[in-house]
Amino acid sequence: MEQATTFDHTEDVYEPSLTPDSLGKLGMWIFLIGDTMSFGALLAAYAAVRAGAGVIGWVPPDEILGINLTAAMTFLLICSSVTMVKALESIQKGNVSRMCTFLALTILGGVIFLGLQVYEWTHLIKHGLTLTGIPDHGLSGAAISGSTLFGPTFYTITGFHGLHVTGGVIYLIVILIHGLRGRYTAEFNHEVEIVGLYWHFVDLIWIMVFTFIYLL
Amino acid sequence: MAENGHKDHPRYMYIFLWLAILTAIEVAVAIPEYSIIIKAILLIGLACGKAFLVAAYFMHLKLEKRTLAIIVITPFLICVFLVIMLMPDLTLKSRLAGYEKPAADVVDTTEH
Repeated sequence: MEQATTFDHTEDVYEPSLTPDSLGKLGMWIFLIGDTMSFGALLAAYAAVRAGAGVIGWVPPDEILGINLTAAMTFLLICSSVTMVKALESIQKGNVSRMCTFLALTILGGVIFLGLQVYEWTHLIKHGLTLTGIPDHGLSGAAISGSTLFGPTFYTITGFHGLHVTGGVIYLIVILIHGLRGRYTAEFNHEVEIVGLYWHFVDLIWIMVFTFIYLL
Repeated sequence: MAENGHKDHPRYMYIFLWLAILTAIEVAVAIPEYSIIIKAILLIGLACGKAFLVAAYFMHLKLEKRTLAIIVITPFLICVFLVIMLMPDLTLKSRLAGYEKPAADVVDTTEH
């Protein structure tokens, strides 16, 4: 009703419902929704492959993967999400230098996360977890023959997430450079909010990946 | 903390604490050996709780119009549906392995 009455008063003036600010935000949300489906498809495929292998035909992930390291990586991403919201909060209050500090901390969190992932991958590859094989010491024959897709699913899903983190770090660096050049103010800061949406999404997806790939 | 009390800025440090606590609980729940179904329910519940906290407070979905929240939740529901749709097909192998067909039936079908 309220919209209808507003419309009556402004018959000749068409006001687009999307402003330049909200258009960018909506675009990012649409991208994230599409990306959710990409990760959803990968995780659904993983769930299906695992269900197909049965309980004894699949190696328990904690026998191959290190949970402590990835728990630390999860904690790190959560920390970087907090620094991201702090960066947005700072610029909304007009504090540019504080925003840049928090953005730099967020980038640092992302880079350390990637470093830990590289460490984890090289460690796993050295121990025999490859696209075609799994480490076979102390495992039953059924588990080894059933888990041929352990490596491919693990590397595809964590790799796809790692690519998102890499993209996010580059995106954040671009926004940080803009910030250092004084592009953002207390009034103009929706680009910081949009990069934040992407970064929190990457964190959210990691929460899911951590649960499904490492813990279950 | 007082400066975070502004209406538009939820208390991020509380959310951070909750996320950290939930992560610790997740690891504690995952390590002991017990029924995989109970473990799965607990872990997926905890993960959904964390995802809700991130989406609602860090991504500000709580402050946006409810329509956006509904749009965003939709793909997650579709993903759940996707898993359910794939299940019957991909558990077929393990179900068939447990099902022993009588030898006579096998001969019958090949003759026809």
